[in-house]
Amino acid sequence: MDCYTANWNPLGEEAFYRKFELYAMEWSLKEDLRDCLVAAAPYGGPIALLKNSGRKEKSPSARPLLEIYSASGLLLASIPWKSGQLVHLGWTASEDLLCIQEDGTVLIYNLFCEFKRHFSMGNEVLQNHVLEAKVFHTEYGTGVAILTGAHRFSLTTNIDDLKLRRMPEVPGLQKPPSCWAVLSQDRVTIVLLAVGQDLYLLDNTSCSVVTPPGMSPAAGAYLRMAVSFNYRCLALFTDTGYIWMGLSTLKEKLCEFNSSIRSPPKQMVWCMRPRSRQRAVVVAWDHQLMVAGNSTECIQFVLDEDSYLVPELDGVRILSRTSHEFLHEIPEASQEIFKIASMAPGALLLEAQKEYEKESQKADEYLREIKDQKLLPEAVSQCIEAAGYEHEPETQKSLLRAASFGKCFIDKFPPESFVRMCQDLRVLNAIRDYQIGIPLTFTQYKRLTIEVLLDRLVLRRLYPLAIRICEYLRLSEIQGVSRILAHWACYKVQQKDKSDEEVAHAINQKLGDTPGISYSEIAARAYDCGRTELAIKLLEYEPRSGEQVPLLLKMKRSKLALSKAIESGDTDLVYTVVLHLKNELNRGTFFMTLQNQPVALSLYRQFCKHQERKTLKDLYNQDDNHQELGNFHVHSSYSEQRIEGRVGALQNAVDAYYKAKNEFAAKATEDQIKLLRLQRHLQEDFDKPYLDLSLHDTVSNLILDGHHKRAEQLYREFKIPDKRYWWLKISALATRGDWEEMEKFSKSKKSPIGYLPFVEISVKHHNRYEAKKYAPRVTPEQRVKAFILVGDLDQAADAAIEHKNENEMNFVLSKCTASTDVAVVEKLNRARAQLLKK
Amino acid sequence: MAFAGRRDAPEPPDFAILKRLARDQLIYLLEQLPGRKDLFIEADLMSPLDRIANVSILKQHEVDKLYKVENRPTSSTSDQFCFLVRPRIKTMKYIADIINADKMAGRSRKYKIIFSPQKFYACEMVLEEEGVFGDVSCDEWSFYLLPLDDDIISMELPEFFRDYFLEGDHRWINCVARALQLLNSLYGPFSKAYGIGRCAKMSYELWRDLEEESESDSQGRKPEIGNVFLMDRDTDYVTALCSQVVYEGLVDDTFRIKCGSVDFGPDVTSSDKSIKVLLNSQDKVFSQIRNEHFSSVFGFLSQKSRNLQAQYDRRRGMDIKQMKNFVSQELKGLKQEHRLLSLHIGACESIMKKKTKQDFQEMIKTEHSLLEGFDIRESTSFIEEHIDRQVSPIESLRLMCLLSITENGLIPKDYRSLKTQYLQSYGPEHLLTFHNLKRIGLLTEQSPGETLTAVESKVSKLVTDRAAGKITDAFNSLARKSNFRGISKKLGLIPRVDGEYDLKMPRDMAYVFSGAYIPLSCKIIEQVLERKSWLGLEEVLRLLNGNEFSVTESAGEDSPAWESQRIILTVFLGGCTFSEIAALRFLGKEKGYKFIFLTTAITNSARMMEAMIETKA
Repeated sequence: MDCYTANWNPLGEEAFYRKFELYAMEWSLKEDLRDCLVAAAPYGGPIALLKNSGRKEKSPSARPLLEIYSASGLLLASIPWKSGQLVHLGWTASEDLLCIQEDGTVLIYNLFCEFKRHFSMGNEVLQNHVLEAKVFHTEYGTGVAILTGAHRFSLTTNIDDLKLRRMPEVPGLQKPPSCWAVLSQDRVTIVLLAVGQDLYLLDNTSCSVVTPPGMSPAAGAYLRMAVSFNYRCLALFTDTGYIWMGLSTLKEKLCEFNSSIRSPPKQMVWCMRPRSRQRAVVVAWDHQLMVAGNSTECIQFVLDEDSYLVPELDGVRILSRTSHEFLHEIPEASQEIFKIASMAPGALLLEAQKEYEKESQKADEYLREIKDQKLLPEAVSQCIEAAGYEHEPETQKSLLRAASFGKCFIDKFPPESFVRMCQDLRVLNAIRDYQIGIPLTFTQYKRLTIEVLLDRLVLRRLYPLAIRICEYLRLSEIQGVSRILAHWACYKVQQKDKSDEEVAHAINQKLGDTPGISYSEIAARAYDCGRTELAIKLLEYEPRSGEQVPLLLKMKRSKLALSKAIESGDTDLVYTVVLHLKNELNRGTFFMTLQNQPVALSLYRQFCKHQERKTLKDLYNQDDNHQELGNFHVHSSYSEQRIEGRVGALQNAVDAYYKAKNEFAAKATEDQIKLLRLQRHLQEDFDKPYLDLSLHDTVSNLILDGHHKRAEQLYREFKIPDKRYWWLKISALATRGDWEEMEKFSKSKKSPIGYLPFVEISVKHHNRYEAKKYAPRVTPEQRVKAFILVGDLDQAADAAIEHKNENEMNFVLSKCTASTDVAVVEKLNRARAQLLKK
Repeated sequence: MAFAGRRDAPEPPDFAILKRLARDQLIYLLEQLPGRKDLFIEADLMSPLDRIANVSILKQHEVDKLYKVENRPTSSTSDQFCFLVRPRIKTMKYIADIINADKMAGRSRKYKIIFSPQKFYACEMVLEEEGVFGDVSCDEWSFYLLPLDDDIISMELPEFFRDYFLEGDHRWINCVARALQLLNSLYGPFSKAYGIGRCAKMSYELWRDLEEESESDSQGRKPEIGNVFLMDRDTDYVTALCSQVVYEGLVDDTFRIKCGSVDFGPDVTSSDKSIKVLLNSQDKVFSQIRNEHFSSVFGFLSQKSRNLQAQYDRRRGMDIKQMKNFVSQELKGLKQEHRLLSLHIGACESIMKKKTKQDFQEMIKTEHSLLEGFDIRESTSFIEEHIDRQVSPIESLRLMCLLSITENGLIPKDYRSLKTQYLQSYGPEHLLTFHNLKRIGLLTEQSPGETLTAVESKVSKLVTDRAAGKITDAFNSLARKSNFRGISKKLGLIPRVDGEYDLKMPRDMAYVFSGAYIPLSCKIIEQVLERKSWLGLEEVLRLLNGNEFSVTESAGEDSPAWESQRIILTVFLGGCTFSEIAALRFLGKEKGYKFIFLTTAITNSARMMEAMIETKA
């Protein structure tokens, strides 16, 4: 461990940079990197190479080869490139490869060289061809910027929501700019370009000349520019070897450096760390690598072979034919601990632990020293943090051991940070393995989040590892294992060499009833791959029938969809299918389908009742439902304005009712037709509204108006029962106040309703005089009630006494008031006493 | 009535959170349309909305003007319209008309439709057909449950009854399932579920599916409600068809309680304006008389007014300090009570007036003989006279239905003549009403020569033959026989009368119908809870057409110590009446249960009949 800082290179007073090997590359490249188009995805992503691209001659034997490797150089996939001339390769944020052709077409491939889709950068690009292209990432997603042969810029900020923007023209631009970059400031994407000694800024609408502050006038023409990972910093390299470093807003200079190398560098990228004050750029020439920052000195490395720089969030990856290295600034925690002669608490704790292992009493001394300063918690935290920045498991372990050792001497040190770091490192070490080849640093991992990391493992089809990680980190099933299994299943259905049964069975075996698994999604994927039968088989495993329906509809299995929808109990779903079927099938078949599904049929009827009444009729006609058909006609008769129309509709109803063998309804409807016609006559004859009255009301109105003959006629014609007619007539007469007619009527024949109603109705109209006339004619049983109604208590008492009915007597008594009806009360009491005696 | 293990009924859980949830979601939805907007509210959502969020809350969230759906906005200048509606096709057309009119006039506005409680695909379809689907944005206000009182939760879906039982439309079942899910997540997990009826079964199954899908972790939670009992309205139409005689039921029958409040008109308030009164347990007077038989209400009220007077009278002989105390602390309460008292007395008088006029006693007598099955001829002529005299179309219809359902259908002669009489009285459009009543099984014709036993054997054959059972299931209402007489005998629904039934000190649930009849629905619940299963009720179930279930959710955790085991959520699919509520409250008091009522809507005989009536419009 003594030589631990051997690869640390100081830059200025405070910062150290180190470069170490991530992998020895497995790819045994024959070509030089400079002969290939190279694209490496950030966050330890895959590397795409297009070999032979440089050769212009189009001999088919020497077709360029597109190859994709893991960061450790393991070949993931390769295809011969058969499409047009490629200008640029780049990776999207979701690790899809963008292949930008000369004609402005962008082809999208996945990690395994499988074509996904393509889009075009527009007509202007097509005509003028792509000169240069850049792929960039902003909060909007992955964008593409194009410099065309006409020296114009076109860009899109999000390839998934393609909106092409053509940037304004740079006035007087005759030759391509020497260098350019895409900047993102305040959510606006702009292009910075250099032509000779001039810098231009292109935003959506305008082009402006800019000058970086503090730029020495003798600096010369710009050759290279570099934008930092977070778009905050900008570096410019001029032909005098001068490097200007500042904010990308061009409002402030951070530092400058004179490299005194005049040849244009091959690449220049920023090397920064989040939350660090140190800023430095890494500049690469053919055989030389330079780290320059806020210092007059710089760090220089010799490059043995052709290299390619990949900027990362917290450093730079350096790719070459044989190795893959990482160059970064040493984080503070590591510096504190490992810096020579450091007395930082973390350093002392590490020392103490080492001594403890040697069983030396020095351990105690070191420990005391930290404890005296009360810095033990800080020491532990430092060790934990520093462990995260280490690549070598051995170093990680010794730091974690130190932390664990220090923890023992602290009361209630919260264990989460330690446990979490152990888990994270375990995951990181697993994915850094060269077989997996994702060299994520701790900082990158935290930025990326575990969910995205899992996605990336899934993309690489590393399902077992992903599942192990989920289980290890105890992620919830829905977020973790089930999701990955679902992805696996989606991949599985694409294996065309296996039979539908086999695949469905294999998937069900593995997935079972794992919560959060959506079989319908997997089935959808199977359908997308053209395996309808497999999709249907998979849907059988879907427990939620509701989920099965949309896909079944898409696959044109409408009838199956209908029964599944009904099974689900979700009527809304049934509606969806029914209305879908309606458009898909011809009417006859549609109705036939519904006949077998009463639930769906009644739903559709409901819909038609409000929306398509005509269809309703067809529906009833189809299944000879004459009863409903009759009802339908009756219903529609209401909306007929003209009486002929109404009669017509009712006549249809009559026919239908007869067919339905519902004679009652037919008869009633016929009566209604008769009544309607009669009412029209009445209306004409008397010039009063009679239409739409019920039979009862019609007759009643006739009597009220004194048309007794007409009323009599209706009574006979419609065979109105005697009882009703009598009730009707006397109440109408009483309302009219035609007491004379009423008396005449009462004597016309024996009343079928008795005479109590006469009494009641007269009393109701406050005519006691008339009421009294009828009271004696009431049947003996009701006579008491009648006399009480007319207010003749004396007679009531007599009647009650005559009946020898105690209840009636009591009833009469309850109506008497002591003061006025003394005689009656006495009479009743006497009679009651007599009754009781017996 | 001394009950051996009588315990006090546990307190019901607090349902105020349901209101809060609904309000918060509504506010969130309103905020989704920032800026000032006009709000159009569906007529039958107005009262429920009022219980959730009053106008000032709406105004706070930038609601400008309020319109009732139906009314055409005269000339609104607002450039944002928000519609708060039930998912109905009719309403969709109304909205489409407004939008299309705006388009014609060249106006552009933002339109947002908030469906309550959920959106239906058919609605979107209509919007699409009317060509406005692209102009609106749609949202759902999952306002499934409105707590009307401490123990009553209503879904406020009166159309459930007609849609499901008449039209066979299952669209609301999903809502019921979601409501159950919500209650289960807040107050569950329910450990035991009973049910009877096809809809109950479907709702239950759908709810279980939802629970499985959501897999919310209810493990280890202490439930506040232990049991749930689902019942289809068509299990017991008889009870719903009877005239109500407990106070709350009478008020509902007479004045129509709407969403827990009632409008007392001038005849009650003895002034020239009507007063809207919230009827719930907060009303100190009402809460004491709501469950009482009407005959004892008057006595109670006069006693109460004497007490009140006595309290007022204490003023005499007070010194200044006591007087000050009295005025500041008691007077307000007394005045409030006084106001309520006079309102309820007014209501009673008004009820009395109305009821005596219509020969209420005669009608009750007829009802009772129908329930008991005596003097059917006499009852039939009473009904006939009732129709002939045009007393009330709804009442006549109700009596006809009651006759039919207690007698397993009318004999053909009566069936024809009563219908003819009715059509002559109230117009031929009721031909369609009769068709509806026949379909739903409320007014049917006895097949000639078919005795009760013949029906029974036929039904039992259908039940055993599963395939046939399935077919009848689909159109169950068509083939449905009520078998009321048989059920009544088996369950002893008609109490044997020995002497006068003391309505002030009721001895069983029959008191809600003057001691003449124990409501069937409540009796079933009582029996099942007593047995903790359907065991021993096989005969009754056969007559009821089956479809019963009982499921224990959490195995073996029947620890009686838990209060929640004595709290029972009774779910009435298709509505329940205040008489049933009163009866079950009585049962709860007797046996130490607490019933929580969840109903698709509060119903009564008139509402049921109106749902069946086919109007001309």
